[in-house]
Amino acid sequence: MSASSDVGYHAQRQARWHYGEVAFWLIVLACGFAFPSRYLIMTDILRLALFAMSLDLILGYAGIVSLGHAAFFGVGAYAAGLLALHGIVNEPVLALIAAGLAAMVLGFATSFLVIRGVDLTRLMVTLGIALLLEALAERFSNITGGTDGLQGIEMQPILGAIPFDMFGKAGFFYSLTVLFLLFLFARRVVHSPFGLSLRAIKNNPLRAAAIGIPVNRRLVAIYTLAAFYAGVAGALFTQTTAIASLDVFAFERSADLMLVLVIGGTGYLYGGLIGAVIFRMLQEVFSTITPQYWQFWIGLVLVVIVLVGRQRLHRWVLYVPNLIIKQVAGRKAVVAVPESDA
Amino acid sequence: MTSILTNLFDGVAYGMLLFVLACGLAVTLGLMNFVNLAHGAFAMAGGYVCMVLVNRMGWPFFAALPLAFVSSAAIGIALERTLYRHLYARSHLDQVLFTIGLTFMSVAAVDYIQGSSRVFINLPAALQGQFDLFGVGIGRYRLMIIVICGLLTIGLQMVLAKTRFGSRLRAAVDDPRAASGLGINVPQVFAFTFAFGCGLAGLGGALSAEILGLDPYFPLKFMIYFLIVVTVGGSTSITGPFLASLLLGIGDVAGKYYVPKMGPFVIYTMMIVILIWRPNGLFGRTAAR
Repeated sequence: MSASSDVGYHAQRQARWHYGEVAFWLIVLACGFAFPSRYLIMTDILRLALFAMSLDLILGYAGIVSLGHAAFFGVGAYAAGLLALHGIVNEPVLALIAAGLAAMVLGFATSFLVIRGVDLTRLMVTLGIALLLEALAERFSNITGGTDGLQGIEMQPILGAIPFDMFGKAGFFYSLTVLFLLFLFARRVVHSPFGLSLRAIKNNPLRAAAIGIPVNRRLVAIYTLAAFYAGVAGALFTQTTAIASLDVFAFERSADLMLVLVIGGTGYLYGGLIGAVIFRMLQEVFSTITPQYWQFWIGLVLVVIVLVGRQRLHRWVLYVPNLIIKQVAGRKAVVAVPESDA
Repeated sequence: MTSILTNLFDGVAYGMLLFVLACGLAVTLGLMNFVNLAHGAFAMAGGYVCMVLVNRMGWPFFAALPLAFVSSAAIGIALERTLYRHLYARSHLDQVLFTIGLTFMSVAAVDYIQGSSRVFINLPAALQGQFDLFGVGIGRYRLMIIVICGLLTIGLQMVLAKTRFGSRLRAAVDDPRAASGLGINVPQVFAFTFAFGCGLAGLGGALSAEILGLDPYFPLKFMIYFLIVVTVGGSTSITGPFLASLLLGIGDVAGKYYVPKMGPFVIYTMMIVILIWRPNGLFGRTAAR
C-alpha cells in the first residue's frame, strides 16, 4: 500500500463514527428526559461544553494558547442581548447566528494580531483583547448597562413556535440541538484535509510551511471559526438566562475554560463536553462544602492536574475502559486519547 | 504646567513601583522561560504581612518593609524548591495552568483569612500629605517610593553589572546550557534569583497598598500590568523592564487624568500595538525563547 493511500485509510478510519460516540450522544439525549428537574444546570453544562469545544478547536488542533477566549463569548452574549432587547432580530435562532457572526468578525480581525509572535505574545494579546473589551463594555454603559448588565431581555419563541419555559426545558433542547449541529460541523472540519493540516501546523509550523501549507491563512481560518463557536455559546448564555453582564468578559471565565478543557483533554472534540460535565460537578461539590471559597479548590485541582501530568492522568482514567475493550473485542482501545502536548 | 509635572511625578512613582513589583518576573521569564502568572500572589503576600505587622502588632512601617521582603522571599523559595522546579521543562500551557491554579488558591486563601475588603496600612505621619516644590505638588509617600525604588534599581544594576553573581546570572540568561557547561550552577542561581524576585515583589506589594490598593484580588487585577512590563520591556536586561515600567506608569496616570473616559483603555491599546509592532518587546532581543 502506498504511503498516501495509507494516510487516507487511517484518516478515514479516524473519521468514521464509533459506537462509543453514538452511545455518548444517546446518553446526553437521555439525560434530557431522565432529569426534568435539572434543566437549568444541564443547559449550563451544554453552553460550557460548546464554549470549551470552541477553545479546543484552536488549542487542541491548532495549538494556539488563548487566555482571552471570553472576549468572543462576551461579544456573542451582548450581541444576542442587544438584538433581543431592541427587537432588531426577534427570532432566537436568527439572533444566535447573528451573534455568532459578530464574534466571528471580531475573531477574524484579531486573528492577525494573534498569529504573530510566540506563545507568550499570544497569551498577552488574547488576554489584552478580552480586558480591552471588558473596559469598553464598562465604558459604554449606556449601551451595555454597565455593571448592572442588560436587563429586561424577553426572548421570543424559537422559530416562532416553541416558547422558552420557566423550567428551562425548551432552553435545554434548544441548546442541545445547537451544540449537536455545531459538533457535527466541527467533527467534519477536524477530519477534513483542512483539519489534518492544522494538526501538522500544531506539531511543527516550519515543516508544515515547508510542505506547502499556508500556515497563517489556516490559523486565521480556524481562529475565526472558533470565535464563531464562542460567540454562539455566549448568545446561548444570554438567550437561556435572559441576562448579559460584564462578567461574560472576565478573566476567570477564560481561565475556567482552560480548566474544563484540561480536565476533558484536548484534541478530540469530546474533551470539552466531558470536561464541562466534570467541571460543573466539581464546582457544585466545592460550593456546597465552602460556598465562598470554591475557587481555592478549583485552583488546587488545576495545580494537581499539572503536577501529576495531563497525559498520565488520562491514561489512568482510560485504563479500565481500555482493559474491558481489550478483553471483549480483543483489540486495542478505541478511546485512546490522541493527546499531544499543546 | 504644574499639573503636568505633578502627573509626571505620580507617573514616575507608579512606574517605579511597577518595576519593583515586576522585575522578579522578568528574571523568571528571561532566565528559565517560565510563565509565572502567580507573581502577583507573592506581592500580595508581602503586602498582607506588612499590614498585619503594622496594623495589628504595632510595628513601625519601616521595620515591617524588610520583613515583607523576607517573608515573600521565603514563600518564593519554598514553592520554587517544592513545586515550580518540576515545571521548568513543561510546555507554556502547563505553566500557565499551574500558575493560574496557584493564583486562584492564593486569592481564596487570603479572602478566607483576611476577608475580601480592601485593607490599608497605617502610615507614619511623616509620610502623609504633600508639599510644594516650586509650585509642583509632591506627595511625601510617592517621594519615598521614588527614593526607595530608585535606590533599589541602582543597587540591582550594580549587582548585575559588577558582582560575580551578576555575571553568573547574565551568563545563565544568555545561554543556560553554555553557562552550566562553564560550571555555573544554573538551578541554584535561578532559585536564588527567583526568591529575590519574589522578595522584591513582596516589598512592592507592601509599598503599593497605599497607591494600587490591596485586596485579595490583587494578583488577578495586576497580573496584566506585570506581564506588560516584562513583555514590552523584554527580559534580557534590567533597563528594558525599567523603561517599560516608567512608560506604563506615566501612560496610565496620564491616561486616567487627561482622558478619564478611556479608563484603562490607553495602556491595553499601547500594549497590543507595541506587541504587534515588536513581538519580542520594545527593548529586548528575545522576550521569550
